[in-house]
Amino acid sequence: MTGPVIEIRDLWFSYNGQPILQDVDLAVRAGDFLAVIGPNGGGKTTLLKLMMGLLKPDRGRVRVLGAPPQKASHRIGYVPQDIHANKNFPISVEDVVLMGRLRQEGLRFRYSGKDREAVEKVLKQVDMWNLRERRMGELSGGQRQRAFIARALASDPELLFLDEPTSSVDQKGQTDLYALLGRLNERVTIVVVSHDLMVLSTYVKSVACVNRKLFFHEDSTVTEDMLEMGYQCPVELVTHGHLPHRVLTPHEDE
Amino acid sequence: MLEALQFEFMRNAVMAGTLAGVVCGMIGVFVVVNRIVFLSGGIAHAAYGGVGLAFCFQWPVMAGTLGFSLLTAMVMAAVTLESRHRADTVVGVMWALGMALGVVLLDLTPGYNVDLMSYLFGSILAVPSSDLWIMAGLSLVILAVVAFFYNGFVAMSYDEEFARVRGVPVAFLYFLLLGLVALSVVMIIRVVGLILVIALLTIPPYIAERYAPSLARMMILSALLSTAFTLTGLWLSYRYDLTSGATIILVGGAAFFLVLLAERLRDFLRLRRLRGAQAKSIPAP
Repeated sequence: MTGPVIEIRDLWFSYNGQPILQDVDLAVRAGDFLAVIGPNGGGKTTLLKLMMGLLKPDRGRVRVLGAPPQKASHRIGYVPQDIHANKNFPISVEDVVLMGRLRQEGLRFRYSGKDREAVEKVLKQVDMWNLRERRMGELSGGQRQRAFIARALASDPELLFLDEPTSSVDQKGQTDLYALLGRLNERVTIVVVSHDLMVLSTYVKSVACVNRKLFFHEDSTVTEDMLEMGYQCPVELVTHGHLPHRVLTPHEDE
Repeated sequence: MLEALQFEFMRNAVMAGTLAGVVCGMIGVFVVVNRIVFLSGGIAHAAYGGVGLAFCFQWPVMAGTLGFSLLTAMVMAAVTLESRHRADTVVGVMWALGMALGVVLLDLTPGYNVDLMSYLFGSILAVPSSDLWIMAGLSLVILAVVAFFYNGFVAMSYDEEFARVRGVPVAFLYFLLLGLVALSVVMIIRVVGLILVIALLTIPPYIAERYAPSLARMMILSALLSTAFTLTGLWLSYRYDLTSGATIILVGGAAFFLVLLAERLRDFLRLRRLRGAQAKSIPAP
């Protein structure tokens, strides 16, 4: 594929008369690891849902893998925010990952032996095979996140979307998670939505700042206005140890 | 209990109770995990409007009630589909309207004094054999539909958004589910009354959810629990001459609190054992 895997032109979206996104243009190239950052309510998740065809734009065009998003949705792996999951729901890790193979045959939804093989493969890939019979509610935040990533990978997607993947994962889990995503990025294009600047790990290749408008940064350097956008007030970065450090020029048109 | 079974009405009551238990086991699981208990209560109460319509215009009661409940269920599905968590007000309005419509229509029906109590608490001891056949048929229909769409229903119930991305027709399944709820509710109201419908749809699945590894097992377990509650309640009501529907509810309610209590006790004992072990591991000064 030579063209961009995601192409957004002149996109506008509002909800109940409130403008959420204005005049958004974006082109994501194949093999990219894009971090979409910005304040809560800035439209990050909305942008993700528009790219998956869960929402329709008021104006503008969205193309995913060369097709309208609804047509491409089976080639996308989606890892939703953890808070959506009902923790009491009686379901095993394996059954959740099987959902990633869900497809319609006539009116029915069935799983074949091939689907189970694919599930075994991805569960081993994210190091969750030995926990396959556990109930989802018994897992830790990091393990649950891995199960959701396995579910997204089960359909062998070309694109992987993650919405706030680190929200319920501890520091060690976050490092592991990004290492895993870094490995996956060798084969799939990844888009991560986060209000947390931690996502700007070394694996991230480009950054989009979203707060009604979208600013795209070709490389993943932290700028001062990213910080301001992320936390809505000027902040100082205080860290221990080695922080890969990057500074970038401000947005040109602001 | 055995000598009671020589009466046909008692045998019919046992059959009706078992069928109601099986249906509530299957549908109640979806009601509980999808958090549509209030919505199901709305459908069950609004169904009384169907009873009123049927008597007023002299339609067959089962068909009239069923048609009206299916209609209300579809309207509620349409209203709640887009904003599932903000639709409780509309459900509340339809809940009250349906009930009031039923009462007024029955007032207008000449020469008929329907007993609201029998609608609320049912008349499991007066189920005719013909109704048993209808109930058995409906149970089979519900079982077939649930089995056929099982994977789709599980995906929608667990993670609606992900299911949509995978191309699952969530809207269709949601309408279908509420249709099944209406079907079950009408069928079970005849037997055990409106109050017991809500009890059987919620208590057994709630207990089963704690012990089942999957939705299918949760259904089997709650069907068994429902049936056990119904039969125990029936026996108690026969033995001590009590209202059968209310007795069944009390049996279910007692089980509900016993399970909660047993869990509290277990957690308490586990904590104490843990503390004991900790105290031993720290050497005395």
